[in-house]
Amino acid sequence: MTTATQNISPTNGDARRWAPPRLIETNWVRWAVALGVAGYLILAFASINVNWARVFEGMARAGRLFEGFLTPNFTARWSDIQQGMIESLTMTVTATVAGVALAIPFGLGAARNLTPWWIYGICRGVIAVSRALHELIVAIFFVVMFGFGPFAGFLTLCISTIGFLSKLLADDIEEIDPAQVDAIRATGAGFWQVIDFAVASQVLPRLVGLTTYKVDINFRESSVIGIVGAGGIGATLNTALDRYEFDTAAAILLIIIVIVMACEYTSGAIRKRFA
Amino acid sequence: MLRIEQLHKRYKTGDTALRGVSLTVAPGEIIGLIGPSGAGKSTLIRCVNRLVEPTSGRIFLGDTEVTRLTSNSLRHARRRIGMIFQEYSLVERLTVMENVLSGRLGYTGFWASWFRRFPQTDIKLAFALLERVGLIEQVDKRADALSGGQRQRVGIARALVQEPEFLLIDEPTASLDPKTSRQVMRLLTELCSERRLAAIVNIHDVALAQMFLPRIVGLRAGEIVYDGPSENLSPEVLTTIYGDEDWTQSAARDDNDDLDGHGTHRPPDLEPAAQYP
Repeated sequence: MTTATQNISPTNGDARRWAPPRLIETNWVRWAVALGVAGYLILAFASINVNWARVFEGMARAGRLFEGFLTPNFTARWSDIQQGMIESLTMTVTATVAGVALAIPFGLGAARNLTPWWIYGICRGVIAVSRALHELIVAIFFVVMFGFGPFAGFLTLCISTIGFLSKLLADDIEEIDPAQVDAIRATGAGFWQVIDFAVASQVLPRLVGLTTYKVDINFRESSVIGIVGAGGIGATLNTALDRYEFDTAAAILLIIIVIVMACEYTSGAIRKRFA
Repeated sequence: MLRIEQLHKRYKTGDTALRGVSLTVAPGEIIGLIGPSGAGKSTLIRCVNRLVEPTSGRIFLGDTEVTRLTSNSLRHARRRIGMIFQEYSLVERLTVMENVLSGRLGYTGFWASWFRRFPQTDIKLAFALLERVGLIEQVDKRADALSGGQRQRVGIARALVQEPEFLLIDEPTASLDPKTSRQVMRLLTELCSERRLAAIVNIHDVALAQMFLPRIVGLRAGEIVYDGPSENLSPEVLTTIYGDEDWTQSAARDDNDDLDGHGTHRPPDLEPAAQYP
């Protein structure tokens, strides 16, 4: 016992030191990287042109914006707001439903442990394409193709739902417990029965969680893509800002915040139910 | 009942798991398959219902050559073979009843199973089996709410509800405590003799195997090195199967149920695992 205590006491004179291993072992390389990063940051900040006069001008406008926020005006443009909201919510719900309906088959197809390589390749390709472009750019395309209005928004959100949901669903399916799948296969179950009993039951909570999450993302997106003409509350917001009606804009933003929060709480409750 | 001829399995990674295994199991016969980790025990029984595709060799279940079947006829053959797994392999988020009824999937159409509308005869059978394994109180509990022993009983009921002719049992007790292990082994052997079922039981625990299984097959590095009655498992035989170890002392510990790892200690250079990976 005494020997053990002596061995771990610091007075024992054990000269071994320890420091965590470094990310870059060579000293001069490490310093060169650090200096390079610092130099780049300095140059980058130096290259930003700030027009201070313009900033002060903007300050005044920001003041009016905040003033408008303190006195949101729901009534002046209520019918516009109402129509925009209904459009946005319709877009959100229809696009999420249609998007999920399409995302599930693509998600199944893009899971390497379920499908042969060529189906996998096609589905991963579709997913990659639908994720490649930002919603705003897709929305601009659809507005050009189908004209202003919520239909362009609906299509945009559908595409983004497919990209988002099928990728995450596929990744999730690839990580399921294979033993449960084997057990169901061993009973003589068919492919779709295996999907139903062994796969769906394992990924369902996550699918529900992702879907409810995507509902509030889609609602927020719907207010953004409205700005490029894809309908919904974004269009109303854009008009209000163009007219310098900051009080109406503030009212719209407040409604958006409330709805997003409501979505958040609802989806939390739903996720808990499905855990 | 089951006839395996010259079975070889080589995995894509290049590992050879089975090198020409031939084995015959008579109707109603239960055999214990023992051997060190990596000897190919799991591969062998998974080849029987082709969860693992054998590289070459033939397997006959009764008159059916399992190794020649294609997808639909393979599904039909799988209905005749029940399987019980080491980690139970229950579908964790489904209820006990759904897990048991999943044993009937091979006989049920897709839409009927999707809406969980199984024929009344299947439900009756499932209830009877749950009663037999002592889980009638837990019918609507989710599988992940059960204890290890209870889960294994669900696994047994799921295999038996198939009304199989043959059981593949992969390390049924490896995740269970010694007492539950014995109870599960007793239940399994009773059920097999009640139903005149033939079975292959992969088992790590030599003492448990000797206690419940009359015939033992020893597998080492993908080859059968022993096939005979369990009374004849002498220290020499165990050395052929597992490698060098002081087996006389372990054998004296029969009643302790845990031969694995808690036996005698030898210098590390004599550890069998180092010799037979």
